[in-house]
Amino acid sequence: MTDLRVVGGELVPPRVERRNLLSIADLTRDDVERLLATARSFALSQERPTKKLPTLRGRLVVNLFYESSTRTSSSFELAAKRLSADTLTLKAAGSSVDKGESLKDTALTLSAYSPDVIVLRHPEAGAAAFVARHTRVRVVNAGDGKHQHPTQALLDLYVMREAFGRLDGLHVAIVGDVLHSRVARSLVQALRLVGAEPVLVGPPTLLPPGLAPISYDIGAIAGADVVYVLRMQRERMLPGASFVPSLREYAERWEITPDRLRPGQRVMHPGPMNRGVEIDARVADSDASLVVEQVRAGLAVRMAVLYDLLTAGPVAVASAVGVA
Amino acid sequence: MLASRPGHDDVVIRRARVLDPVEGLDAVLDVRIDHGLVAQIGEDLDTNEHRVVEADGLTLVPAFVDPHVHLRTPGREDEETIASGTAAAAAGGYCAILAMPNTDPVVDDADAIRGLRARAAEEASVPVGFLAAITKGQEGEELTEMAALAEAGAAGFTDDGRPVAAASVMRRALQYNAVTGRPIAVHCEEATLTRGGHAHAGLVAAELGIGGWPSLGESLMVARDVDLARDTGRPLHLMHLSARESVEHLRRAHAHGARVTAEVTPHHLCLTDEAVRTLDPNVKMNPPLRTDDDRAALVEALRDGTIAAVATDHAPHAPEEKDVPFEAAPFGVVGLETAFSALYTHLVAPGVLRLETVLERMSAGPAAIFGLERPRVAVGARANLTLLDLAGSWRVRAESLRSRSHNSWLLGARLRGRVMLTIADGRVVHG
Repeated sequence: MTDLRVVGGELVPPRVERRNLLSIADLTRDDVERLLATARSFALSQERPTKKLPTLRGRLVVNLFYESSTRTSSSFELAAKRLSADTLTLKAAGSSVDKGESLKDTALTLSAYSPDVIVLRHPEAGAAAFVARHTRVRVVNAGDGKHQHPTQALLDLYVMREAFGRLDGLHVAIVGDVLHSRVARSLVQALRLVGAEPVLVGPPTLLPPGLAPISYDIGAIAGADVVYVLRMQRERMLPGASFVPSLREYAERWEITPDRLRPGQRVMHPGPMNRGVEIDARVADSDASLVVEQVRAGLAVRMAVLYDLLTAGPVAVASAVGVA
Repeated sequence: MLASRPGHDDVVIRRARVLDPVEGLDAVLDVRIDHGLVAQIGEDLDTNEHRVVEADGLTLVPAFVDPHVHLRTPGREDEETIASGTAAAAAGGYCAILAMPNTDPVVDDADAIRGLRARAAEEASVPVGFLAAITKGQEGEELTEMAALAEAGAAGFTDDGRPVAAASVMRRALQYNAVTGRPIAVHCEEATLTRGGHAHAGLVAAELGIGGWPSLGESLMVARDVDLARDTGRPLHLMHLSARESVEHLRRAHAHGARVTAEVTPHHLCLTDEAVRTLDPNVKMNPPLRTDDDRAALVEALRDGTIAAVATDHAPHAPEEKDVPFEAAPFGVVGLETAFSALYTHLVAPGVLRLETVLERMSAGPAAIFGLERPRVAVGARANLTLLDLAGSWRVRAESLRSRSHNSWLLGARLRGRVMLTIADGRVVHG
């Protein structure tokens, strides 16, 4: 009866020529390698006194953020500016979204300005794909619900490769609230794509089965090269949504503390951190932490993503950046 | 219990393959309808002054009965009206439909039932029965005046769209059913397990990061309600089953002699949660699409009669409500105009189910559950007949749907098996 699945086939929207970055699932390993290489060129360019490149002069990047965000929105905005693109940043508070305008209408309104890219952060899964379907603008998903956050996963890969010199065979323990994390979903897919090995560690109520090997015992991080710590969201402990009994009990069993790490392990966190809940302050500030590198890589990787979507691709990158 | 515009037609259908599995009829014959009644079945019948339908190569079957339709009236006439919903039913080959009471306001008093029946008598092309709520406002607390509602013509009772959460209230509703004798139909959902859920709690939802609506959210309530039916000895109808575990509870109830019936939708029979990967809001239903294992259990239960009825759960939604990201979209899809073709294309044509089985479960099965006259091809019966072109195919297009809403999971799909003509309660209502 497997032939019945063809019904689903009828539902798949037709492939369009236009390129978007909606999900890690849309990328091949070659795409990832190309984006990481481009990001490296841009990272080098950011070490020079004049950091601005003329590459995307005259292009318009719209940042449309329906959720609060510090590092993602600021790094997309800065990435566009460093590439000389014009930027228009809209946050849900204080815009017509406040007045009940639908996502579709907002997207159509903004697309009337003929932007080259819409960067979208939205609380619902599939929002980025929805905007891509309803406009002719390229869309970068900057986080949609608990679904995907592909540029975060790309910058994490970038940082891991810089730190270890390889991705293939790297062991990565993702610790904490996987259930509510788009970062974790994108990262698991991205790690698989490049031959790394993810394992999920945390309380049973926060680890959905089927994504990757699972352990409820924090001891399972011992075999990891990278301990990737997820943010523990306080609203998950509200009455009626009691995923763990208390923050104290969570910290007791799953917090990343100095004595749970062994030498050589590196620690990552997508931010913002809850020190004393999922990560001990001593770990966050230690040499093992790659958190600052993640923020820095965020800029280069987002420059690479915008560049990749808006230009011919990798061939021109070296000349554009002036580093060969 | 059913209401529709009055009238009857005189028709002769010539040389159709006449197929009525319950009557044991399968032969190429003419059927003559005089004043809305089947007058004669035979060869080379006299056409008199009747309208003649040449039906070579077509199949004449008992028309369909849909026990689960949302007509959105009163309150959301922009989404569907009695006129548009029954026109859609006619186009889908239906001769009778039952409308759910979760409207705005909820149909929970006798005047509302009388008002709807009066409107149906003016504008319904296909006979409609109206169910009333089990509890006032569908709030799950106080029983409606069921005896008065039944007297006013309520075709049954349901809080569809939500469960009757308190077991004590559900038990009293079943006990009181001894007074009304009208079927009680339940939407089985344990809300504490399904809150925040948008798709089946399985691998697909986990990968997509969509809130899960687990099978247990349905089957736990099925288990409770079949036990309440056993305890009270009253009949109970389970709506839109989706999970294998629910089917298992139903089989157990049958083994104990409980008077429990059930229905299943075309979308749960044809699709799995793999379709949710498209994030198309038109594959978002309550209960959600489940795994292929669940789908296989539903098909098997329909085949062996454990589930006796196909129901569309036709749920129209305005475009501005469905044209949003998946998680923001309401549950539900339209289905009246595609039900037979979807089942024919995906289950009959590939040889999974026999045509006769699908025809019986779309007609005699639901009619029996709700105590409606069984549509049949027999001399003396009211003409409730549907003419099918099983060799034909058609493409589902939004602009050609009669429903006011176009939220179909089949938009753009090419389907086999086409409804050419529908006769409902003696009148030609389609074709």
